[in-house]
Amino acid sequence: MALFDFLQHLLGLQKPSATTARERLQLVLAHDRSDLNPELLERMRREILEVVQKYVEIDIESGDVSLATDDRVTALVANLPIRRARPLPNHSLETRVSANPSDSEVLAPGDTPEATPSPSTKAMEVEEVGIAIDPAPSP
Amino acid sequence: MTAIPARVILICSGKGGVGKTTLTANLGIALARLGETTVVLDADFGLRNLDLLLGLENRIVYNAQDVLEETCRLEQALVKHKQEPNLSLLPAGNARMLDWLTSDDMKKIVGMLAERANFVLIDCPAGIETGFRNAAAAAKEAIVITTPEMAAVRDADRVIGLLNTQGVAPVQMVLNRVRPKMVANQDMLGVSDVTDILALPLLGLVLEDEQVITSTNRGEPLTLNGSLSPAGRAYMNVARRLRGEEVPLIDPSRERRGLRARLMGKIRRTTGLF
Repeated sequence: MALFDFLQHLLGLQKPSATTARERLQLVLAHDRSDLNPELLERMRREILEVVQKYVEIDIESGDVSLATDDRVTALVANLPIRRARPLPNHSLETRVSANPSDSEVLAPGDTPEATPSPSTKAMEVEEVGIAIDPAPSP
Repeated sequence: MTAIPARVILICSGKGGVGKTTLTANLGIALARLGETTVVLDADFGLRNLDLLLGLENRIVYNAQDVLEETCRLEQALVKHKQEPNLSLLPAGNARMLDWLTSDDMKKIVGMLAERANFVLIDCPAGIETGFRNAAAAAKEAIVITTPEMAAVRDADRVIGLLNTQGVAPVQMVLNRVRPKMVANQDMLGVSDVTDILALPLLGLVLEDEQVITSTNRGEPLTLNGSLSPAGRAYMNVARRLRGEEVPLIDPSRERRGLRARLMGKIRRTTGLF
């Protein structure tokens, strides 16, 4: 490691290059494995937001839909800050959708709230919607 | 015909230059030394090199193409290794074979080889095009070799995806050219980084070793020698694990250079003489 790099690393100014490599790889592999092009992902993102907005008021600006990958399973992770829930007669909100029932273990399953927050909830909440994408359809 | 069905193993990587052919040559010799009848098939018809690494380039008369066209018998095309008669090479045909060779042709050749060997190792071409697909169609299991570099890991991932869809299993991994010092400084992806990302069982771990180059120059794979270099030992261990032996993996952080090598390095640096 060059001295300059070493100093930067010591001062916490720069991440070790192996960490950067790992992070970049994980992101690029998530896209490679799902075979989704950015345009398609963007269209899906907008449609997902529209559906979610039917049920809850969300902060579109800070909302984020991206791909993550773990153990060769690529997951679509939506991080959507909720402003407030819309009052609905039926209180069953399905927050988790799985394309493949056997692969239902998606990222951060514990973050899924069990019940709809009451309409008076003003606090921001973050909801994670995960969709597992089967990387290789079995022949 | 052998009683136990032969193990037909594809050796592939996606990216070129990560060590497929070196692994094939060393593993072939190692398995032969362990008493297994082994055939290595050069399926890299465009850029064949397996003959060179095994030191057999001057002894080739016929090749896979001649066998398929039936201008010779398989026995005539197989080149037996000088020191390790358990090992034979079926050389690749010329590059024009790529135009007409189908996966059925590949299956036919491999089927013939499987009848007379315990192990058939297929040295796969780089890339994920027809050459790779034909070779993969003929294989039962696969070894994906990669280095701890981003491009190699990414390409390996593509290959693993394709092997999964083709139903090749098990798929195991050999991690090549690891530099323990760089890994310790977090300047190179570590073993667990790569195994986590690719989610494959690790069949072997090979540290960067200059002797790989010198052995290639001589056409004598490292596993041929009685006294093994670090990489030679690693290749030998891959062969043992393939046969079901339990051989512990080396810990790269504990692989220190010998005292003599360290002293010589120090003298070299301080004097700048050689």
